[in-house]
Amino acid sequence: MAHSFLVHAPDDVVGVAVQDIEPGPGVPGKIQSNGDEFTLDVVDPVPLGHKVALRPLASGEQVIKYGIAIGRATRDIRAGEHVHVHNVKGERWA
Amino acid sequence: MSAGRTFLGYRRANGDVGCRNHVVILPIDDISNAAAEAVARVVQGTMALPHPYGRLQFGPDLELHFRTLIGTGANPNVAAAVVIGIEPNWTRRVAEGIAATGKPVAAFSIEGKGDLKIIEEASRVAVQMVGDATAIQREHIPLTDMVISTKCGESDTTSGLGSNPTIGRFAERFAGAGGTFFFGETSELTGGEHIVADRITDPLQREKFQRLFDEHQRIILEQEANLLGSQPTEGNIAGGLTTIEEKALGNIQKIGQAKIDGVLEMAEAPTRRGLHFMDTSSAAAESVTLFAAGGAALHLFTTGQGNIIGNPIVPVLKLTANPKTVRTMSEHIDLDVSPLITADMTLDQAADATEDIVVSTASGRWCAAEILGHKEFVLTRLHRTA
Repeated sequence: MAHSFLVHAPDDVVGVAVQDIEPGPGVPGKIQSNGDEFTLDVVDPVPLGHKVALRPLASGEQVIKYGIAIGRATRDIRAGEHVHVHNVKGERWA
Repeated sequence: MSAGRTFLGYRRANGDVGCRNHVVILPIDDISNAAAEAVARVVQGTMALPHPYGRLQFGPDLELHFRTLIGTGANPNVAAAVVIGIEPNWTRRVAEGIAATGKPVAAFSIEGKGDLKIIEEASRVAVQMVGDATAIQREHIPLTDMVISTKCGESDTTSGLGSNPTIGRFAERFAGAGGTFFFGETSELTGGEHIVADRITDPLQREKFQRLFDEHQRIILEQEANLLGSQPTEGNIAGGLTTIEEKALGNIQKIGQAKIDGVLEMAEAPTRRGLHFMDTSSAAAESVTLFAAGGAALHLFTTGQGNIIGNPIVPVLKLTANPKTVRTMSEHIDLDVSPLITADMTLDQAADATEDIVVSTASGRWCAAEILGHKEFVLTRLHRTA
């Protein structure tokens, strides 16, 4: 298997781990919609199915997945950081 | 999917197509469960459908109760039905609703007679029904003549990456070839409802969708509760889903790029073919029960973390794209599409495999939920009892 995480759409700011990822440089990823491949320096352990930030996100910034907002960062997030309920909150029912 | 693809099924008197051939013993109310279950113990080949409701309900909640029970008995997987209730009027009302399909139905009310007489009378009728039902032969029928529904449960991000897009591709093919396909989960569209609304071709149906969606949002928001842990569930969060919006965008992958032809109330039967949204709970057993009451004969259920749900009258086929769930809960999984997330399988290959397992299951092969005895029959309540 070539990639450790998948990205739904080119505009997305997060990828999804398709295996348990350990922190480290040059982790391979792939964009599902167009097949583009790239690498990312990952700074946190990211379990299978969990999200990793593809670029730095400022507190309050919208988090884009599927090309659409899934919530906002509740604090600054570094590139390669684990993205989940500890640093993102939905905008609906909030 | 070729419009000519067939399976071995049952065509009922009203033309509806089923893939199972149950004789059900259907209680109208909680206190009639004991008699219904007694009949099912005595008469082999029957199945009781016990549930906890049916007394002192009123208004829209009572109408939904009737619609769900009638729809369950009318489902094309049911060859014949025995209906048992405490009082005659409501019992007769449900029996007449089922009888409109042309299938054999018998109604019994317990008040004034007691359980034992009713168990004997109902059992004598059920014996005849099982004899007649087991004489019915399966026949070759176009797959697109059968109604199929879909729902996801204990989803995670692999659902949005793999198993839900698989169903989406299947839905595009099936509805495109003239089949009728249901999806629902009203609360679980939150954040993607505009995408669903834009796909509804008929403006009146789109208005109906918006009314049903807004009503469900109002009920959720007026509780002023924190839903984290309920929707998304703990399992969703463990699997990496962070917000309801993220869950919703994964959920709607199950309809692919297909246009939506109709919008249904809970347990409402469609009047045309094609892809339909049905207003349902997002809880697995409630929604599968509602889809079945609307006429779905087979259900495609995707899971990430491993939901184990089944239904008494409808085979619930399970797909997952999570390789850990395939390893840890293999007995519940009918189709492993996890090679999708490692790019070792294409979406078309996954949809082909889905089509094949739908045909074999619809033709008689038991799915995992049937083999493991999952028969979750769960009625949706709209409000408190009087």
